[in-house]
Amino acid sequence: MSNNAWRGFKGRVWKEDVNVRDFIQSNYTPYDGDESFLEGPTEATDKLWGRLQELQKEERARGGVLECETEVVSRMNAYGPGYIDESMKDLEKIVGLQTDKPLKRAFMPYGGIKMAEQAAATYGYTVNPELVKIFTQYHKTHNQAVFDAYTPEMKLARHSHIITGLPDTYGRGRIVGDYRRVALYGIDYLIEKKENDLAHCGGGNMIDKFIRLREEIAEQLRALRGMRKMARIYGYDISRPAENAQEAVQWVYFGYLAAIKTQNGAAMSVGRISTFLDIYIQRDLEEGTITEKEAQELIDHMVMKFRMVKFARIPSYNALFSGDPVWATLEMAGIGVDGRHMVTKNDFRFLHTLEDMGPSPEPNLTVLYSSRLPENFKKYTAKISINTSSIQYENDCVMRPVWGDDYSICCCVSATQTGKEMQFFGARANLAKCLLYALNGGIDAKSKEQIGPKYLPFTGDILTYDEVIEKFDAMMDWLVELYVNTLNLIHYMHDKYYYEAAEMALIDTDVRRTFATGIAGFSHVVDSLCAIKYATVKPIRDEDGLIVDFETEGDFPRYGNDDDRADEIAIWLLKTFINKVKGCHTYRDSEPTTSILTITSNVVYGKATGATPDGRKAFTPFAPGANPAYGAEKNGLLASLNSVAKLPYEYALDGISNTQTISPDALGHTEEERVNNLWHVLDGYFDKGAHHLNVNVFGIDKLKDCMEHPEKPEYANFTIRVSGYAVKFIDLTPEQQLDVIARSAHECM
Amino acid sequence: MLLGRIHSTESFGSVDGPGVRFVIFMQGCRLRCRYCHNPDTWKTDEGGKMQSADELLDAAERYRGYWGSEGGITMSGGEPLLQIDFLLDLFRKAKQRDVNTCIDTAGQPFTREEPYFSKFRELCGVTDLFIADIKHIDPQRHIELTGKDNGNILDMLRFLSDIGKPVWIRHVLVPGITDDDGFLRRTAEFIQTLGNVRKVEVLPYHSFGIYKWEMLGIPYSLRDTQPPDKDRVANAQRILRSAIE
Repeated sequence: MSNNAWRGFKGRVWKEDVNVRDFIQSNYTPYDGDESFLEGPTEATDKLWGRLQELQKEERARGGVLECETEVVSRMNAYGPGYIDESMKDLEKIVGLQTDKPLKRAFMPYGGIKMAEQAAATYGYTVNPELVKIFTQYHKTHNQAVFDAYTPEMKLARHSHIITGLPDTYGRGRIVGDYRRVALYGIDYLIEKKENDLAHCGGGNMIDKFIRLREEIAEQLRALRGMRKMARIYGYDISRPAENAQEAVQWVYFGYLAAIKTQNGAAMSVGRISTFLDIYIQRDLEEGTITEKEAQELIDHMVMKFRMVKFARIPSYNALFSGDPVWATLEMAGIGVDGRHMVTKNDFRFLHTLEDMGPSPEPNLTVLYSSRLPENFKKYTAKISINTSSIQYENDCVMRPVWGDDYSICCCVSATQTGKEMQFFGARANLAKCLLYALNGGIDAKSKEQIGPKYLPFTGDILTYDEVIEKFDAMMDWLVELYVNTLNLIHYMHDKYYYEAAEMALIDTDVRRTFATGIAGFSHVVDSLCAIKYATVKPIRDEDGLIVDFETEGDFPRYGNDDDRADEIAIWLLKTFINKVKGCHTYRDSEPTTSILTITSNVVYGKATGATPDGRKAFTPFAPGANPAYGAEKNGLLASLNSVAKLPYEYALDGISNTQTISPDALGHTEEERVNNLWHVLDGYFDKGAHHLNVNVFGIDKLKDCMEHPEKPEYANFTIRVSGYAVKFIDLTPEQQLDVIARSAHECM
Repeated sequence: MLLGRIHSTESFGSVDGPGVRFVIFMQGCRLRCRYCHNPDTWKTDEGGKMQSADELLDAAERYRGYWGSEGGITMSGGEPLLQIDFLLDLFRKAKQRDVNTCIDTAGQPFTREEPYFSKFRELCGVTDLFIADIKHIDPQRHIELTGKDNGNILDMLRFLSDIGKPVWIRHVLVPGITDDDGFLRRTAEFIQTLGNVRKVEVLPYHSFGIYKWEMLGIPYSLRDTQPPDKDRVANAQRILRSAIE
């Protein structure tokens, strides 16, 4: 097939079957050099980015949303072509918008009509009543289905915030289509393969799983045809494979565009496209049909599109995931199974977009790190990190053995095998609250409601470790079972009412499924248990006899100081939780995993949780992700990193998120010192087996000034990393801004 | 077993010698620099924690993975040279463990008298780098700023130059005290006479340590002094760095 599209490409396996990994390994060119080859933005890039920044400014001025669709249900082909600016459309090397206008938010009712309506209403828009009627009376949504089936206990747990962030009102996200397939094979070939799968599915044996799968493949085929039509609207024929770099970038983007037009998932990752696209660019460069300047322009324009992805969200969603994130996560670097590093020139180009167009939270640029990456690349990423605080790092050396060398990051930090796997994602269990329920016999001290099972409360005057652990363990059993069952139900309904046909069309039919749970309040539980074990903790009860506060006497070890006494409790907690999850039945034979990752929901979770024995005050934020509690770290950055690095990734395959803020002065006196110190820190941390690190480099004064003067032009794109993603600081809620400042304050000392 | 009086440790020292370093702050100093940001390390016979060399090296080596080929440990303080017996023991053991060693000192305890001088010479054999702080080039001003004379301090630098031991020079730029072109030029002239200076760093004065003075109830005499502006810092850098170019 297609001799011209594949001219010069080596390898055999990928030609005989869909296998992008094999194509990459057979054709990519590792790059050991430095950034001196990079070119600045073209005039077209400057013009388009200038226009987009104007639009973003207008968006902010209108309270965060430029425009909401109220008349058209979002579909792959609901609109004609859309451009950043109609008058400059010829400048756009990579085209395609979610709707007909830039930054206009689509109407996506399938997750839940109420939410879609409310999201529009929040920004002053009224959805056409006809549409509301259709999705209320004639067509069921995911949200309605979930609530039809929820048990009273599930509703209580949800309402009391012991489980929060459940994807029951919007798309679950975290499914990464292998968008590269569109470029490498063209849609027609992919249709042919899926038709073949359908033909062989079930063999006429109509049991549940085959009936369902047959229907899903049919949906996928419909999506593939839809993509072909969508591209045609923009004047492209993606039925055939891409023949040059521009087409390859465009084709990949069309695949992704199909996903973001049809799903409003919490995370809509782009995947591992950098090395793949480098192969096309490299071929064009060698054939002399493209210059480096033009290559950079393609990447800049693609990234510009990723910076424009928007969904209409409701206020409670924004409180959880502040600052409008979409997790258009995009990976680079890593090491191949054969030992060659996978850094290409294109990785530099993607990082360089942060220089060409300034810092930005999206796409969520992720470096798959190893101390064996070439030093030039490490230095360049460190430099970009220091200047933009926009990059996250994940340890390729712990992920590769589990997921191979072609995984993507499907959300903030979670790995997924590209094109081979999908994930059932779901929220977090609030373990700090669970500990309090254990002490109060299942009663929520905030609302006085009996939420958990009515076990015997703790009645003594001083908390004893063994008794607390026993009660906590029993309460965790209840919580985990309820949590997993709630997720089972949600994902059943999501598959039924809001199936991700576009993404799944670009994933193997015989798909591996993981089931991603999560933990919130991690460090507070660890430190609380340490306090109970090593100090004297007296519970303080209110007039109803409920424990609402604690008096702690004496010193105790805390997680975040490289102190094994505390860190061992942390490991125990993680293992205990995931082992309980593994004991539960998980939907569609999925493999259970867990994460210690809160996103910005640490603020909301903390607000719903009473005082904890570690000294955390009632209703104050948790530390995010796997971060040690605020103020607990007494021995500096590396001690803190060592503690987090001890958490075994094998027990938290969905990710262990750590966010650190370093003041530039604390990193070195000169840029050279700062760059070298940073990559040495990364080497050391990841060689210890740690999983993830968000790196922020700025002083606290900048945060304070930005909060007081958000209008200053230099803050328009001031980006920081928070647990699991990057965000423009001015887009965070004031509450979360204060949280970031409080957290950075001690770290910057 | 020899024990050192240790104020505290820091796992991530990024400006305390080459690369990423584990910093050990030692308790005790005889200088009373008016801008000192660690006045809590002054007392020589109380405070801090008594620790052995092996205990500290075990703690430090938990961070070896972050050091790369350049990093290691740095003794700071306080004044590390006040506890020279312990320092010698620690650095000998550090070298057995192949750990890069650095001393951040103001040189005040230095003397060519015995038995100190022999110990110091031996210490030089197990020290990879000295970071020496010249507080003030003028003897009288030095006394006004720190309470002690600088004769033996400059002598230490001469000795280190004579034996070819690598040195970084640091100089805190304090408006109204050290930020004077005349003094800066004299400092540069002195540095020029040394043959072992690898780097000269100008540290702009800051007042982050004031809270410690307040906590300790010691009056802070530089309350009205502002940090130097960028131009003055650049000026000082130009003058001092000319000495090694």
